[in-house]
Amino acid sequence: MNLPLTIKETQEGLKSKKFSAVELVDTYLEKIKKYNDEYKIFLTINEEGAYKKAKEIDNSDFTLPLFGVVGSYKDIFLTKGIRTTAGSKILENFIPPYSATIVKKLENAGVISIGKLNCDAFAHGSSGENSDFGTTLNPWNKEYTAGGSSSGSGAALSSGMSLISIGTDTCGSIRLPANYGYLFSLKPTYGAVSRYGVIAMASSLDTVGPLAHTVSDVETVFNVIKGKDYLDATVTEKSINNKNSKFKIGIPKEFFVGGLSKEIEKNIGEVIKIYKNENVEFIDVSLPSTKYGISVYYIIQPAEVSSNLSRFDGIRYGGLRDSFGEEAKRRIMLGSYVLSAGFYDAYYEKAMKVRTIIKNEVDSIFTKVDALIAPVAPTPAFKLGEKTNDPLSMYLTDIYAATANLSGIPAIAIPSGFSDKKLPLGFQLMAPRFGEDILFKLGKIFELATDYKPKVAF
Amino acid sequence: MNKYKIIIGLEVHIEPNTKQKMFCRCQQDHFGKIPNSNTCPICLGLPGALPYINKEAIEKIIKLGLALGSKINNFSRFYRKHYFYPDLPKGYQTSQLDSPFCIGGELLGKKINHIHLEEDAGKLVHETIDGEKVSLIDFNRSGSCLIEIVTEPVFNSVIEVIAFLKELQLIARYLDISNADMEKGSMRLEANISLSLDGKLPNYKVELKNINSFKFLEKAINAEIERQSKALNSGEKLIQETRGYDEIKKTTFSQRTKADSHDYRYFPEADLPPVELDNSEIEKIKLKLVELPEVKRKRFAEKYKLSKEYTEILILDIKRANYFEEAFKLSPNLITSIANLMVNKNLDKDFSEPAGLIRKILELTKVDYANSSDVEESISKVLYENPDVIKSFKDGKGQVIGFLIGQIQKKLNGKGDPRIIQQKLLEKLHE
Ligand SMILES: [Zn+2]
Repeated sequence: MNLPLTIKETQEGLKSKKFSAVELVDTYLEKIKKYNDEYKIFLTINEEGAYKKAKEIDNSDFTLPLFGVVGSYKDIFLTKGIRTTAGSKILENFIPPYSATIVKKLENAGVISIGKLNCDAFAHGSSGENSDFGTTLNPWNKEYTAGGSSSGSGAALSSGMSLISIGTDTCGSIRLPANYGYLFSLKPTYGAVSRYGVIAMASSLDTVGPLAHTVSDVETVFNVIKGKDYLDATVTEKSINNKNSKFKIGIPKEFFVGGLSKEIEKNIGEVIKIYKNENVEFIDVSLPSTKYGISVYYIIQPAEVSSNLSRFDGIRYGGLRDSFGEEAKRRIMLGSYVLSAGFYDAYYEKAMKVRTIIKNEVDSIFTKVDALIAPVAPTPAFKLGEKTNDPLSMYLTDIYAATANLSGIPAIAIPSGFSDKKLPLGFQLMAPRFGEDILFKLGKIFELATDYKPKVAF
Repeated sequence: MNKYKIIIGLEVHIEPNTKQKMFCRCQQDHFGKIPNSNTCPICLGLPGALPYINKEAIEKIIKLGLALGSKINNFSRFYRKHYFYPDLPKGYQTSQLDSPFCIGGELLGKKINHIHLEEDAGKLVHETIDGEKVSLIDFNRSGSCLIEIVTEPVFNSVIEVIAFLKELQLIARYLDISNADMEKGSMRLEANISLSLDGKLPNYKVELKNINSFKFLEKAINAEIERQSKALNSGEKLIQETRGYDEIKKTTFSQRTKADSHDYRYFPEADLPPVELDNSEIEKIKLKLVELPEVKRKRFAEKYKLSKEYTEILILDIKRANYFEEAFKLSPNLITSIANLMVNKNLDKDFSEPAGLIRKILELTKVDYANSSDVEESISKVLYENPDVIKSFKDGKGQVIGFLIGQIQKKLNGKGDPRIIQQKLLEKLHE
């Protein structure tokens, strides 16, 4: 059978008995078994659980919002009874006694959980190369990175191994793999989706969001996973009701200078033209402090990482601390340093002040525009191995991502074409906190205007 | 006597009697439970688990702060305090630093620095199993609520410390915050002890840890004062350190010196939004306060004219104090009997309602003693019938009194009040 690439197609097929949920699972598993050894997309396959759920779906009345949707999770989401590694050897044999809130919500909504996805160990990375279980290859071209840290979350979709996937975004980790995989993805507002049961990277920056082949699929999944669970105290329930029929998008000049590849600059130029044809207005804006974003991020994030990783002491579960990878060790050291007595004020405290400035700048821009447009990354997917010996240049991959995480605003990654080397291209839109609805509307305008069709690499 | 001025500051931990732990839904009461039966992903610090604040604990700490005259912060937040210990599952303790719930305050004239909320750690149990020495961890207590009261260094004697702790315990009980029982671990103490020649705070302090009973408290602090004064007398320089008390050797011993002290790497807990309390919420909590022991003490002394000892015994338990007042309202003229029977006989324990106690008192006082003319008549008769015995008495044989009282009671059919008989009999004999 031909795999459906949208929730609508899937559910219509199930309703009309074109295929059963069990047959869907057969097809996905077939693909996983065929390619996974080479592409290293799944770390654990939930064959038994998937079939059990599929049978339930086949016997159901097809009323759940996500019935029959085959989904997979970055291996940073705890799944009760199913191994959860965070991509690290430390948790190689960790079987969680409970499931993350989003896993429960999705399964209750009818999702068939097919497995756990590869990622950079503890989500530290932009290329998937920091996984202790091998690097995920990009299905569009296996010499290239699939993007990180949710490397499997992007590749699972662009290879047709799963219909939707969930990733985490601390500084671009959902948007980058979507961008390198010709996919849509949402990095929600900080506090819109529960982080309960998500192995923490940096608590004040971590967000949980979906990847899918269309805007409305991203939206549907987001609507299921958002909201309070009374387990994550940072979750709030708000939404901006934007009744605009005409949108105004800001082009922050700081995002279109320096290291941005010509190919991406040109592509986004075309995107802007398409939007303008759809009666969307663009104005130039400035976010002068965003240039400090990466510096601020690389103080706050390692500080929180060093704290969050201290529970992995090898006493109650997991391996010993010497099985942390190089990147985790680097961040633990950096983080411990910036938090230590005598340095706290100079680094952490100062970084938090700049973070507030960035946040204020972003907030004030949104009094003038509905959204901001920016690249997702400075270049299309880069070659595996290209940056592994240069952590700093790897960090700079996240230069356009940091603003949304530091200020807690939502961002959507949208596919917008292919490069000369046939690698996916894309852009991101950002909106005010809890302004996801604006992003969905703008995403749909783009889909319609370009007659977008979902694509998989194979 | 000691030529040094004793300077002591206290850090008192109180386990409030909330239903649930500080950040999860496990039971706060962990006493006597099967090891690790009172746990969940949150208090076990499992990956992915997040803290969720217990509002009841906030209410309890604010009640305490209001009672002690602290300023209640409208904005408080939690911090992570990092250190490694096997019973601390997250590798950090969620505590507070620069914006605790309560700032300042005073008790018995002793200034309080602040009061904050934090979570407790688990417990290590050292055992020998199959001949092998092992350390086991029990997480039942892990993540339970703790209120920490930090005083200024304002205590100059152990007596002051004990008085302070007893009063704090009483307040915690009055406000239904905690039983604050040291022996059960629901009140724990760390004392920072220094000695000074000129009365100024010296450049060291010794943190005396794990003092877990009033009995050892006095001995431990005195042992440390003695150690410090001996050291200073012999010209030794004292250092900043943490010491414990050895109950057998009756001395303190060093646990940790400043050189290997922790850098806790505090930073704000991002998993918990700051707690914002507006004044109306604080006012609402204020309404839940009850009359504090010190106020009750004064009022009892004034209103009931009771002795200091009686007052203290009655107010030691707010339920008894209320009982006393209820009983008083029922029969104000019986106040002396009520106080007597409660203080000396604990009779309030036999009657759950004050009215029951009053009935008992009336019953007791209604005993139909023979009237005094009957008593006098019987005494005269007995003396008339026993001239020999009177002679023996006059010869110095005091023990015959008992015989005479017995004879008199016989004539009164046992209805005489023994005290009155004795009194009147002695009067007659000495006429
Ligand atoms: Zn618990």
